[in-house]
Amino acid sequence: MSRIIGGFFTSHVPAIGNAIARKQQNEPYWKPFFDAFPPAREWLGRQKPDVVAIFYNDHGLNFFLDKMPTFAVGAASEYVSEDEGWGIPTTAPFKGDPKLSWHIINGIVADGFDPVMCQEMTVDHAITNPMLLMYPDSKWPVRIVPIAINSIQHPLPGPKRCYDLGRAVGRAIESYGENLRVLVLGSGGLSHQLDGERAGFINKGFDRECMDAIAGDVSALNKYSALDVVEKAGAQGVELMCWIAARAAMQGRVKELRRSYHIPISNTASAVMLLSNEPVEAAKAA
Amino acid sequence: MAQKREIAGTTVFDGEQAAKGYQLNKMCYSFNDPENRKKFVADQGAYFDKYKLTAEQRAALASGSVLKMIEAGGNAYYLAKLAGILGLGVQDIGAQQTGMSVKAFKQKLLDAGRQ
Repeated sequence: MSRIIGGFFTSHVPAIGNAIARKQQNEPYWKPFFDAFPPAREWLGRQKPDVVAIFYNDHGLNFFLDKMPTFAVGAASEYVSEDEGWGIPTTAPFKGDPKLSWHIINGIVADGFDPVMCQEMTVDHAITNPMLLMYPDSKWPVRIVPIAINSIQHPLPGPKRCYDLGRAVGRAIESYGENLRVLVLGSGGLSHQLDGERAGFINKGFDRECMDAIAGDVSALNKYSALDVVEKAGAQGVELMCWIAARAAMQGRVKELRRSYHIPISNTASAVMLLSNEPVEAAKAA
Repeated sequence: MAQKREIAGTTVFDGEQAAKGYQLNKMCYSFNDPENRKKFVADQGAYFDKYKLTAEQRAALASGSVLKMIEAGGNAYYLAKLAGILGLGVQDIGAQQTGMSVKAFKQKLLDAGRQ
């Protein structure tokens, strides 16, 4: 059987990709953010995941308002990045795992979800930046399964719904017959707002509450609606939903390995977390 | 129907905004293709016509005001592609919308980290 070995959570701000391209990782502005990654990479190097299931939000590259899915699962054998209309760096293509993707789709539909199924999907900085942060040489040693959560057009799915989605994806992964080591990734956040008179809004108190919930009991965030999250985390802070879903997929004994929080990168409160996930039986035996 | 929830300084991009801004956002979505960016730069008026922008959307674009573009139904994620063509970063846009200088806006973000 496959198992979820851990969860990786990181902000994905486009400026990160530019900073990497310009080799600014050690500049005073960027260092507090980039310093979070070498220890995480060591852990990845030891754990050697086969697949990364990425909960992310598309930023108007693959999906337009003509057909906007609430949830979409990639089932392609390859995913290509594009410059998103503003010339940001692209990366080497990512290999998919269509067989696992279809297994996840089958599992979550049986669990009451109605995802859009995508055999072609372009991917944006919400996937390329976390992948570059994990694997800076961009020689991806993993396959990916992208799981998109609408964060553009309201009504958005709220924390409870994304929590349930994550649980269903987690169950599907752990019922997959091949012996794969799967990492779940929550991409985005934390608090930020780009548009409106409240642009630049950051909420450290709420971000702390969210990181504590991610480390501990993520269902504690289910009391909030999507609009509560807009109010508390900012219009684009709703990317928190990707963190919630990824964390909810982890259903073993979860341990917090790393946490880093720094304000600001670009207009965003940046956060990075790394959690391990041990099977409950193994944790008991230990 | 329940009354819309008001969130200070924030336009919730709901069905009403999405319908209002459809043409504007569709134009911005087209900028994913570099060829379209060139066409837009070469002749903005013709590009607005092609995407059937409303008078309000054209006026908002002519004014350069991001708040007016949002009022005309523009969505942050799609408008970002237009900002890219115009060479504006998120701090430029943040400064404009909050009526601050870019320097003051950046300082506000740095200060948020120190609180």
